[in-house]
Amino acid sequence: MSGDGSSGDGPVARAGVGAPVRSQGPPGAGTLMEASRPGRRAWSFPELDVRETRIPDEHRRAGPPALPEVAERDLVRHFTRLSQSNYGVDTGFYPLGSCSMKYNPKLAEAAAAIPGFQRVHPHQPEATVQGALQLVWRLERALCELTGMARVTFQPAAGASGELTGLLLMRAYHTKQGNPRTKVIIPDSAHGTNPASVTLAGYRVVAVPSNDRGLVDLDALRGLVDEDVAGFMVTNPNTLGLFEEEIQGITRAVHEVGGLVYYDGANLNAIMGRVRPGDMGFDIVHMNTHKTFATPHGGGGPGAGPVGVAPRLVPFLPAPTVERDDDTGEFRLDHDRPDSIGRVHGFFGNFGVLVRAYAYVYGYGGDGLKAVSEAAVLNANYLAALVGEAYPLAYPGRPMHEFVATARRLRKHGVRAMDVAKRLIDLGYHPSTVYFPLVVEEALMVEPTETESRETLEAFAEAMLQVAREAARDPDLLHEAPVTTPVRRLDEAGAARNLKLRW
Amino acid sequence: MEFPEELRYTREHEWALDESGGRVRIGITDYAQDALGDVVYVDVPETGTEVRAGEPFGEVESTKSVSDVYSPVNGTVVERNPLLDERPELVNEEPYGDGWMIVVEVSDPDQLDDLMGAAEYRTFVEEVGEG
Repeated sequence: MSGDGSSGDGPVARAGVGAPVRSQGPPGAGTLMEASRPGRRAWSFPELDVRETRIPDEHRRAGPPALPEVAERDLVRHFTRLSQSNYGVDTGFYPLGSCSMKYNPKLAEAAAAIPGFQRVHPHQPEATVQGALQLVWRLERALCELTGMARVTFQPAAGASGELTGLLLMRAYHTKQGNPRTKVIIPDSAHGTNPASVTLAGYRVVAVPSNDRGLVDLDALRGLVDEDVAGFMVTNPNTLGLFEEEIQGITRAVHEVGGLVYYDGANLNAIMGRVRPGDMGFDIVHMNTHKTFATPHGGGGPGAGPVGVAPRLVPFLPAPTVERDDDTGEFRLDHDRPDSIGRVHGFFGNFGVLVRAYAYVYGYGGDGLKAVSEAAVLNANYLAALVGEAYPLAYPGRPMHEFVATARRLRKHGVRAMDVAKRLIDLGYHPSTVYFPLVVEEALMVEPTETESRETLEAFAEAMLQVAREAARDPDLLHEAPVTTPVRRLDEAGAARNLKLRW
Repeated sequence: MEFPEELRYTREHEWALDESGGRVRIGITDYAQDALGDVVYVDVPETGTEVRAGEPFGEVESTKSVSDVYSPVNGTVVERNPLLDERPELVNEEPYGDGWMIVVEVSDPDQLDDLMGAAEYRTFVEEVGEG
């Protein structure tokens, strides 16, 4: 059964008006292999009009491959049904904290589909790709302006790839100074990718604790910095959605021992046009185009994680860079960069993603991007206020573009944050992030983004409040959720304890 | 939630049992396993490994997170719980029993006196969890 809907005591009368995951079509449809029938085809070839050549015996396989034999009709229905079982930003509200799941404007898709961009080949002569080079050059200028950095590389394939690139730049800089150093400091609330990237770059992770306000403990940081510290990595606003008020003291403390400060751009969506990482004292910045600039979240597909650097790190950037001849106005690729860390991606990164980011950045313009951040912060604070009675903020202070609440008030009913998340699926919403950051008990991390309407925010808030009421009245309803999905609650512990790996 | 009287406790939610003869058995508390959720992997050091009080000696991975486990004492690992390799869920089921992690031969038995007793730890946990 589903809940009894609103009892009328929330801020909004309607409840459960999300987009339930429910596919159409007959029940029991299985995999394509199960639909397979011998001889059934989705194609018919024309008669062979060339001489048949036999593949040499040593290259022939012993038997036919195990591929499904289905009609085009079966194929289309199968994948359409799968797509209906999916949930995305084109389906409904997706408040997955830390991920900035904003709506992806279709204008950017149209730009990426322009034949001159879509069909360009990286081996074409520079003279024939001036438009593509100009786009990259102009995007670089815009991101430098937005972040306060001197130059930007577009090679990294995504955020984590950008992190590794940034840390390799850090290592190259220190090595050139004569000592690569050994440690990188990160806050205990950091994204898991930060310590992973630090380790991959050959540095040891040192964690700095958060203080009772959820901010970096500056005194503790001062106690940790020494001549072995290569740098400090942080997001601002931080992973709790709170602005690091002492950021200039933080960057100064790291600079005083010769370290560099790395800005994880995960939360850049909160501050565009208000404050720039470069002005806070950061030396390296990575950006997630799929978060801040609304390029698709990929699902494993191509992404981009541009990395910007302060002037002293420019010589180490990956080659090639795009340069413009001021006299002729022509663009060219500069491969002659002797101190470069080398390539981190083939050719020029994932160009199609950069076209979408360009469309977003220049579509909005400077004032527009500032308005984006303001709306993101306003939306998060409005939603936090609507649900605060049932789900109080984990730390005092005003959050920015996302907020971390705790579900611990529901513990007395035997209900955990995971149960709340699963029940939200039944009510038609993608759940918030749960159990992150790790420093918060029963964490619910919610990021509505700027692209949602007031009606959507209020309806989602009512769904969250409905779940809190259900927790008190019928906790098993939450323990059993989700009940409306093609697959019920998965045994995550069983999956992790009994790993079945194939590749 | 259980707080056995005979154990000593850390602020990071490990327990230590003085088995006399300089042997101290170490695991994580009932509170810790409950907060972590379903434990899926436990990384404990080989025997012979040196551990130091307040420094991590291993990791517990649950469906929610990966957390360091801190040693309450200085010493050398003389036993590790072989059951946890195949059955990490023992940490959830019997945190004070078969879910133990290591036995350390301590260099300074007085270190145990610095840890919390059961009543003090219970109060500490209640303060952490209030809200």
